[in-house]
Amino acid sequence: MDNIAGKSSLLSWVVNVSALILVLLWTIPTFGLLISSLRDKDQLASSGWWTSLTSVERNLIERSAAPDEQVEKDGVYMLSGNVFKNGGEITAFGWSSKKPNGFEPNVVAEMRNGQTMSVATDGSYQLTSPKPFTGSRGKRIFIRSIEDPKFTLANYSEVLFAEGLGQSFLNTMTVTIPATVIPILIAAFAAYALAWMEFPGRAILLVTIVGLLVVPLQMSLIPLLRLYTNIGIGKDYIGIWMAHTAFGLPLAVFLLRNYIAGLPREIIESAKVDGASDFDIFLKIILPLSFPALASFAIFQFLWVWNDLLVATVFLPNTEETLVMTGRLREMLGSLGGNWEILTASAFVSIFVPLIVFFSLQRYLVRGLLSGSVKGG
Amino acid sequence: MQQILIALVTMGVGIAGCIAYFWGSNFLLDVIFPAYGKNATHNLRRSSAIRPWLFMGPVIIILTIYLVYPVVNSIYLSFHGSSGEEFIGLDNYIWLFSDEKFIESMGNNLLWLVIVPAASTLFGLLAAALTDRIKWGNIAKSLIFMPMAISFIGASIIWKFIYDYRGEGDEQIGLLNAIVVAFGGEPQAWITIPFWNSILLMIILIWIQTGFAMVILSAALRGISEETIEAAVLDGASPLQIFFKIKVPQIYGTIAVVWTTITILVLKVFDIVLAMTNGQWGSQVLANYMFDWMFRGHDFGRSATIALIIMILVLPVMIWNVSNARKDV
Repeated sequence: MDNIAGKSSLLSWVVNVSALILVLLWTIPTFGLLISSLRDKDQLASSGWWTSLTSVERNLIERSAAPDEQVEKDGVYMLSGNVFKNGGEITAFGWSSKKPNGFEPNVVAEMRNGQTMSVATDGSYQLTSPKPFTGSRGKRIFIRSIEDPKFTLANYSEVLFAEGLGQSFLNTMTVTIPATVIPILIAAFAAYALAWMEFPGRAILLVTIVGLLVVPLQMSLIPLLRLYTNIGIGKDYIGIWMAHTAFGLPLAVFLLRNYIAGLPREIIESAKVDGASDFDIFLKIILPLSFPALASFAIFQFLWVWNDLLVATVFLPNTEETLVMTGRLREMLGSLGGNWEILTASAFVSIFVPLIVFFSLQRYLVRGLLSGSVKGG
Repeated sequence: MQQILIALVTMGVGIAGCIAYFWGSNFLLDVIFPAYGKNATHNLRRSSAIRPWLFMGPVIIILTIYLVYPVVNSIYLSFHGSSGEEFIGLDNYIWLFSDEKFIESMGNNLLWLVIVPAASTLFGLLAAALTDRIKWGNIAKSLIFMPMAISFIGASIIWKFIYDYRGEGDEQIGLLNAIVVAFGGEPQAWITIPFWNSILLMIILIWIQTGFAMVILSAALRGISEETIEAAVLDGASPLQIFFKIKVPQIYGTIAVVWTTITILVLKVFDIVLAMTNGQWGSQVLANYMFDWMFRGHDFGRSATIALIIMILVLPVMIWNVSNARKDV
């Protein structure tokens, strides 16, 4: 196939550029989130993340100190201070909305009634007046300023420690680890039985499990919730572990059976001839050989449980102590809709672990996908 | 930290329990029906008839409780009132089909069902075709595949940020509005515009699912025999002709699998709608509507009925899967 593409350099150029565009389209959203989560809170709220590397030049309207802070010196009333809270550089200023950028920094601008205004490059200003300043609010100062790009980890420390995401991270771990490991074991035995043991009803069982693969989760929630209440399990970790185990089982059995059924018959039969029991064969031969399939399922299940919101919402109480990360993100979206520094940092914390798992174990994930979809049903 | 410890201990107990069950039951079986002595053959037959059920036991029990029983119970609940106690016949169904929000959800779900699988498969095919031909194909694949690791809720935040809206005149920090403004348009509160908001939510799912489609289709494309392609090249077919007339027809089966897998996912989509609009502004879908009646309406009968509708919509795919699997067995 490569040689076909190679024959025409124009075609190969088009292919490369199109692929690049596609990749950019698919990565930019996540990239934007990452960049935004590292930006200074005020800058994040006032300019797009794509401008984050350039100094931001902005027109702002600030106010001087209020008249009650004025100082009199030799019959001249003065108000002074600094327009910047976080530093920056003034490129122009003005005192009326008609000419907001009318004066260079450090120039003394004449205002009405003999008043003057002067703003220095570093943002410090001085207003003078022959008569006392009146009113309750300070004078408006129109400035044009350049702010250096600022990056910080403050957003992360805030979400982890002040917003309770740290606790949620632990809760998610608590849900995910057992809910990933337990189904593997149960499913592996069943997969072996379905692949290599003879018993009546085997075909029906397998077909039933394939059918259960697509049963919508929504279906199970209400009956299970009622069942849990009736037998008194309540909303606890054990309930959610079992639920995730059950919801993962059809896929686990299906994937593992496909793989185990594909193992060479000779190995298993020669072991049987040597007098090994099914249990021994399973433990000593099947389990080690099926490692790739076990790993594939483990990754699926891990990602699924880690990213799940629905099951956690239904089976865990919505309290500070048990809220998982997805649940926390949902709450934040509701209550902190505009606080993008919190949302972006929290979202990144929640996708960080799955991304690591994804990039380090992608091989197994792909293999699992292929064995589940291309060969089987 | 203590919590993780508890989780690890539980995991340990769980695993130990599993092992104890499997090992213990097998051991017992061997003790009860020893494979020696005067009844050895008889015993061997007995134990090998029982053993598969020991292996299958936990799976059968768990699946029955967690997946089979709920289907039956949901059917039962759909004929009962809000607490699931009193029998009300077909009232839930009658209510459902005259309920505006339900009709809206069905309409939106149909839209999702048409657009998302089609777009994901199409982009997946495009991505597979492109990345198979370039040197940095593996990196490109990884990056397009990456959104699959991101939770729906995380993805919702990522995209909500892109769709963010600031009043006109303010600097837009959402990418979409910034682009619109850069081209001289007026910024919009995208999420609140009926119909278009559904499309914007679909884009999130398409973004997540394209990688999945790409991985599977790429494997299928590589599995095509070289001979057919070489023959086409000799006949002077152009690369585009080869792709659409030789390659694509040979992977129709895989395309169908990808399509149906995404279709099922679409029917269950819930997190994205909950996080982005919670069904407001005409963007409701079935799964979120069901959740709404469960948690805010506290009506078991109605939400079970909606769940059943989702189940019925999934049924054709299930039958197709099962009939495929039967050929395999």
